Amino acid sequence: MQLWFTEKHTPNVDFSIKVDRQLYSGRSAFQRIDVFESKEFGRFLTLDGYMMLTEKDEFIYHEMIVHVPMAVHPSPRRILVIGAGDGGVVRELTRYDSVQHIDLVEIDEMVVTVCKEYLQQTACRFDDKRVTIHYQDGLKFVRHCEDEYDLIIVDSTDPFGPGEGLFTKEFYGNCFKALKNDGIMVNQHESPFYSVDAVAMQRAHKRIVESFPISRVYQAHIPTYPSGHWLFGFASKKYHPEKDFDAKKWNALGLATRYYNTRLHTGAFCLPNYVEELLEDVE
Amino acid sequence: MAKLSQDAAPIFEALSRFKNMRIVPFDVPGHKRGNGNPQLTRFLGQQCMAVDVNSMKPLDNLCHPVSVIKEAEQLAAEAFGARHAFFMVNGTTSAVQSMVLAACKAGDKIILPRNVHRSVINALVLCGATPVYVNPQLNQRLGIALGMPVSAVAQAIRQNPDAKAVLVNNPTYYGICSDLKTITDMAHRHGMLALVDEAHGTHLYFGENLPASAMAVGADMSAVSMHKSGGSLTQSSLLLTGDGVSADYVRQIINLTQTTSGSYLLLSSLDISRKNLALNGADTFRRVLQMADYAREEINQIGDYYAFGRELTDGDSVYDFDGTKLSVNTFELGLAGIEVYDILRDDYDIQAEFGDIGNILAYISVGDRPQDIERLVGALSEIRRRFKKDKSGMLRHEYITPLVVVAPQQAFYAQKESLLLEKSCGRVCSEFVMCYPPGIPILAPGERITAEILDYIRYAKEKGCSLTGPQDMAFTHINVLKGV
Repeated sequence: MQLWFTEKHTPNVDFSIKVDRQLYSGRSAFQRIDVFESKEFGRFLTLDGYMMLTEKDEFIYHEMIVHVPMAVHPSPRRILVIGAGDGGVVRELTRYDSVQHIDLVEIDEMVVTVCKEYLQQTACRFDDKRVTIHYQDGLKFVRHCEDEYDLIIVDSTDPFGPGEGLFTKEFYGNCFKALKNDGIMVNQHESPFYSVDAVAMQRAHKRIVESFPISRVYQAHIPTYPSGHWLFGFASKKYHPEKDFDAKKWNALGLATRYYNTRLHTGAFCLPNYVEELLEDVE
Repeated sequence: MAKLSQDAAPIFEALSRFKNMRIVPFDVPGHKRGNGNPQLTRFLGQQCMAVDVNSMKPLDNLCHPVSVIKEAEQLAAEAFGARHAFFMVNGTTSAVQSMVLAACKAGDKIILPRNVHRSVINALVLCGATPVYVNPQLNQRLGIALGMPVSAVAQAIRQNPDAKAVLVNNPTYYGICSDLKTITDMAHRHGMLALVDEAHGTHLYFGENLPASAMAVGADMSAVSMHKSGGSLTQSSLLLTGDGVSADYVRQIINLTQTTSGSYLLLSSLDISRKNLALNGADTFRRVLQMADYAREEINQIGDYYAFGRELTDGDSVYDFDGTKLSVNTFELGLAGIEVYDILRDDYDIQAEFGDIGNILAYISVGDRPQDIERLVGALSEIRRRFKKDKSGMLRHEYITPLVVVAPQQAFYAQKESLLLEKSCGRVCSEFVMCYPPGIPILAPGERITAEILDYIRYAKEKGCSLTGPQDMAFTHINVLKGV
């Protein structure tokens, strides 16, 4: 028997993983949710047929979206996480003793329920006392916040479907308002490689540049995302991701990581020329 | 003929049958199912081009319907509670004009509010009827014209017992309704027809907890923009008639100006939309109302914005309010409605229906999703944070009571001269001037140009309103009556 999961990375490029068995399939009010088991990547979660995470490579994404801003902000205490119903971001954040409170805003409760059941590798720290889950539209939640957070992490799906509102100028503007005057926002920033993704990446960057005084982009290599070359946005009111980065202090925390380290932190902000050009085009 | 049920769609079904017959076209249109125009076919799709066809026996004829169009019109009449329904393909403008032309001829009087759409006054230019304007009440805070007070209509009827008809907006663009039932009954008691411009009221026929519709209160004719809240294609519309008029005479009037090549894309869209409204309308508009109410509540929490609603009702000039309309007053923000409208589009990729001096209107419909409402509210909140400014020097009024000197037709065709706008104060205008949208004239042919109106025009231009109507496209000059 040959059972394959296939996602179209472009109309002309397929990405396939051989599936051992399907663990879950359901439809929420927002999207279709599936969990598969595979030999190569372990369990993986897809939403509306798009790859969200695999057990084999999720550490790359979650370490990079969390530790980069955590190593820059001198005292991140109150944190807002938008999306991230799989729990990976919360897992990494709860490793820091300095964190006092985490608000997690996920639009789709069913994603959390399914991940708790089938993806305990990421959905393992929701019961931490510092975590409060809000099942709400992220755009709506953040609209009501002012001067509240040190860090906002936007772990969105793609800019079509339920995650659409998290790529808009009104959302980034509302995040600016919700942050304290030295706050940082980090977001899932799409890929620069295939043209459709690159356009979405440029649009997001343009809107963030218009909303924040400091706006940089960094990269990571995530094998199961289209092209494998993935970007994150680092937007900030005060701290620069390289100049205000305290490597010694972070290393002193003694957190064990598999992808992130403080040399890679600096290197991740060094982008290929073609990516820099794409970004400069909209700055 | 057996009685059809509302889940039938005769025009749609006839077109589907027709497609399967694979008839060789030696008739117009010349693109022949799209073969002759590959780029257009790629753009619009084969499906669409294949049913862009001409009238023929299996598909009936809009000018003289005897089969599938007749059936579809009967179903529409039944769905809307009308005696007869006409499918219109020249826009609601032509429905409004046919309604006025069917009621009045040269020299007849018609009682109407001045805050009508230009299509109504256009009809008066065409047929030569004389308007008797009932001044709508104004809401001072919002600067918008409200409905017609019953007492003012009664007075107009008393003073003009020879008038042929009373025309009512139900609702206005902003969602304001007059006491349609009382006005209709009053018109009938005095032998006048009750005509209703329901360009913004299709949903009144299907939703719950919404203001009364024209046919429900016994009005004689109503122009209904199916393409606005009804979901059909742009330019498709309905003209409904009640018991007080002869449908066959109305058809003759429609055929004076309507195309003889009625588009089957538009006709099928009317047919399918009617079916959808009849079957799912109540549920759809319940959701629309919920979204609009939710947005109103959220927008009013932002501060400075005023998304108005049912609290405006006063039993008379705001007899009722159409809760599906999301109008937001922006005055306290220090920004004109048109400025907020422009920022929404330029900065936030959100297109509102219109912005005028003091308000924006966001059109909420069957096609909206809750997450889009969040975007609108989020963007309005950001606009306040980023752009709020001092409100001194702002104009408040959308509506200025006109001084009518000459009837529209007489003024439109009179000897005229072109003057610089600044030099035109005190003269009588011979053309229309309006911000579009909403398309309600600031000046109509035959009205006195006053200093207040010129101030308004200057302000509207400065704020970025798109002013339309005058012969001079740049609108530095205005046509006025010679020697008056």
